[in-house]
Amino acid sequence: MVEQKHFFGGYALSEEFKINNLDSSEFIKNLEDDLSNNENVILKKNFSIVGVHDHSYLLGLENLEVLESEDHSSIRNRLWRIRTKHLILATGAIERPLVFAGNDIPGVILSSAANEFYKLYGISQGDRVILITNNDSAYSAVVELFNAGISIPLVIDVREKSVGELPLKVKDLGIRVEFGKAITKVLGKKRVKAVEICSVVGEGSVLETIICDSVLMSGGWTSTLNLWSHCGGKIKWDNQLNTLVPDETKQSTNELGQSFISVVGSAKGQFWPSELFDNMETVIKNICEIFNLKKIKYEKYQIKEIIHEKTSPISCVPESADENLKGKSFVDYQNDVKLTDLRIATQEGYESVEHLKRYTTLGMATDQGKLSNINGIKILSNLVGKEINEVGTTTFRPPYTPISLGSIAGEARKELFKPIRKTPMHKWHQENGAIWEPVGDWQRPYTYLRNNETKEEAVYREVKNTRNSLGILDASTLGKIIVSGNDAGEFLDLIYTNMMSTLKPGRCRYGLMCNENGFLFDDGVVARLNEKTFLCHTTTGGSDRVYSWMEEWHQTEWWDKKVFIQNLTEEYAQITIAGPKARLLLEKLGGLNVESKKFQPLDFIEGKLGNFEVRVFRISFSGELSFEIATPSANGEALWIRCLELGSELGITSYGTEALHIMRAEKGFIMIGDETDGTVIPQDLNLDWAISKKKKDFIGKRAHERTYMQDPNRKTLVGLSLKDSIQKIPDGAYALKSGGNGAEDVLGHITSTYFSPSLDKPIAMALLKNGKSLKGQEVDIPLESGNKLRAIVVDPQFYDIEGKRQNV
Amino acid sequence: MLKFICPICEIETDETELTPGGEAHLKRMGPGSSDQNFYTYLFERKNPRGIHFERWLHSYGCGKWFHVARCTKTMEVFGTYSAQEIKPPKKILDAIKKKLPNGKNVK
Repeated sequence: MVEQKHFFGGYALSEEFKINNLDSSEFIKNLEDDLSNNENVILKKNFSIVGVHDHSYLLGLENLEVLESEDHSSIRNRLWRIRTKHLILATGAIERPLVFAGNDIPGVILSSAANEFYKLYGISQGDRVILITNNDSAYSAVVELFNAGISIPLVIDVREKSVGELPLKVKDLGIRVEFGKAITKVLGKKRVKAVEICSVVGEGSVLETIICDSVLMSGGWTSTLNLWSHCGGKIKWDNQLNTLVPDETKQSTNELGQSFISVVGSAKGQFWPSELFDNMETVIKNICEIFNLKKIKYEKYQIKEIIHEKTSPISCVPESADENLKGKSFVDYQNDVKLTDLRIATQEGYESVEHLKRYTTLGMATDQGKLSNINGIKILSNLVGKEINEVGTTTFRPPYTPISLGSIAGEARKELFKPIRKTPMHKWHQENGAIWEPVGDWQRPYTYLRNNETKEEAVYREVKNTRNSLGILDASTLGKIIVSGNDAGEFLDLIYTNMMSTLKPGRCRYGLMCNENGFLFDDGVVARLNEKTFLCHTTTGGSDRVYSWMEEWHQTEWWDKKVFIQNLTEEYAQITIAGPKARLLLEKLGGLNVESKKFQPLDFIEGKLGNFEVRVFRISFSGELSFEIATPSANGEALWIRCLELGSELGITSYGTEALHIMRAEKGFIMIGDETDGTVIPQDLNLDWAISKKKKDFIGKRAHERTYMQDPNRKTLVGLSLKDSIQKIPDGAYALKSGGNGAEDVLGHITSTYFSPSLDKPIAMALLKNGKSLKGQEVDIPLESGNKLRAIVVDPQFYDIEGKRQNV
Repeated sequence: MLKFICPICEIETDETELTPGGEAHLKRMGPGSSDQNFYTYLFERKNPRGIHFERWLHSYGCGKWFHVARCTKTMEVFGTYSAQEIKPPKKILDAIKKKLPNGKNVK
């Protein structure tokens, strides 16, 4: 049981009635004591249910600021996620203002607010207080204030008469009550000074001016049904009760299609305690049925309450106020929407309540129309001459009351916002000058800074050192997925564009993966560990995606294939040893025969390298003689350090992702995410050789057969060489026909661009329309400065085209 | 927030544990299929206001795909079943029929 305020009882504490001969406040106190002694009940104050969502999911906001100082807690708000079986709304009602000129001047206040301020906090609104009302309930505030010794010069009742108990009591107290009257306008600027009194009917000719310093107003009560309708429950206007009521024929339903909300009390338009208690009996009976409970004995309460006369439907006064008065009559206090604004909106044709709202911003402030909406709708219905139910209401949406973003975001901030994945060698990188680059969820060294190097100098040093002697790279972030089982080969034939089932155990093959649209989305080297088992390497960012992709196809399309799939990315550390002296280092580590005749490109071997259990792949992404060593993660750091120790006399250098990128670009190797963007097929990248012609089917094959995929004008991968410039081509720049200008001359865009330390000149790759036909031609690269670079279209391989360096 | 019973774990799962996967019971169109059939398979998805058969992945749970029969308007769930069912099981179809006896979808 939750209560938004810091006390239970709501308005029942302000408005007195008797239950079983007890004062309402005393009765509520007893009830609270009973409930708090019940272990089965959680009572919460300062707690709002702010949203009712699908499948009876509630969001609650607990405000802990009140407790903060006591508990020395730094938590201000706590968000509660609640699944309820049933929800009983006793959300009450909110008093409406009346609309008259000057109703925004400080000192004008709702009668219920004034009453509560006085009764609960001992605060009085002023010394000479006037009330304007269209109902009986507001009189109770006057009685309270009068008894407290406050002067009440006048009560204005817009109704023709009322013989309710409260108005009679007020008269008996000797207070002047005027029926059929209204306020022309409130005088004063920063504070109420006086009010001008007029007749309700007519244009507001002033009959009398009364000095006062505060005006209480009451325009009746609106049931609070926001939570009822968040999840689809409908509401309707009740002319008799002058409030919204829940439309019981259109309720919110849960996952079983059953209604799960009951409304009681004034939220249902049952403003009298006796009605509430009668209704509770029905609600309890209903809940017993839903939960198959035995009937609970329902105690009858003796209630003594004040009988009220009917509320008037009048919401703005005087009836025929002129433009001058209307221009000062506020409907929405927060967004300053006045009567004249509503008139103009309908005049402009915004007659639908949804249009009116957006045109005037009525009900769009932080209170979301809790005060203003009903008055606005009543005025609209008068302006367009329709019933309120025809005009309709706007939709209530969560949250019921504004909540802090922090309560929703919770702990998801700073380092907990997104966890960082670290390789086993992370600490070493950190201690050796690594500049980090985020790749997927990983942190990878971009380069390692030494002494006073710039980033650029460090990268060039790493490339040159690797090409001239020896480099070492942490490749642990590569995805590693095991596919195993009798049908593993057959399954991978469907996943990859290449034929994987013919791969021999002990060998590796570079493979491509497309989606059903035919677009390339991941690549990597596949090793066949044994007859039934394949190890699929994926890109760093792609490991989880590829793993889920394989699982999805296995579970939902080819579940007859006998395979299991396991993502072992974090189980292995992987170290790349690249450069002319790579073999020397492996020999120094010892234990494996890595002679070129025994251990050929695309072979892998397993065994012990020094003391380390390893699997060594002879694969090269740099174009150098290169070995990738995989070892269980726990040994990763030790093996890395061992390699550096033994490699020091060979001139080893650790290199980062930028050196890796440069070396692969020098070789014309593609990078997923640079050369591909989700619209590129392997054929665009001259990778036809990796697409099996023999296979009947693989994911993407059907798409490659579409006419658009075979259009010779598709953008294809080319290299660009700069004519007379050492300036790097900007990333993502356009390439235009030579001498061209404007969109029709655009041939394509740059996908990768670097200054090549190995060739001592800039290189780039680009996707250009019908790229193959452009070989040898010149293209223009417009720069931001307005100048152009002139480039020549070449093959996208720049360095060691014959591959002599890696095949030694 | 929706909740479904994962038919593999047989526990109630919150939407935050799950990943939606769109329409269920699609027939894959591979090589040899007509352009129209392939186009329909790739792009044309049902998006009804009413009963929908859809795929969900218990991504922060058992990692298995399963199917749900759900009304997209009222969020009523008529049952969950294995992703390896070619058609919705009779039990679920009966539950839907009971709710919508004239066979028409929810208005």
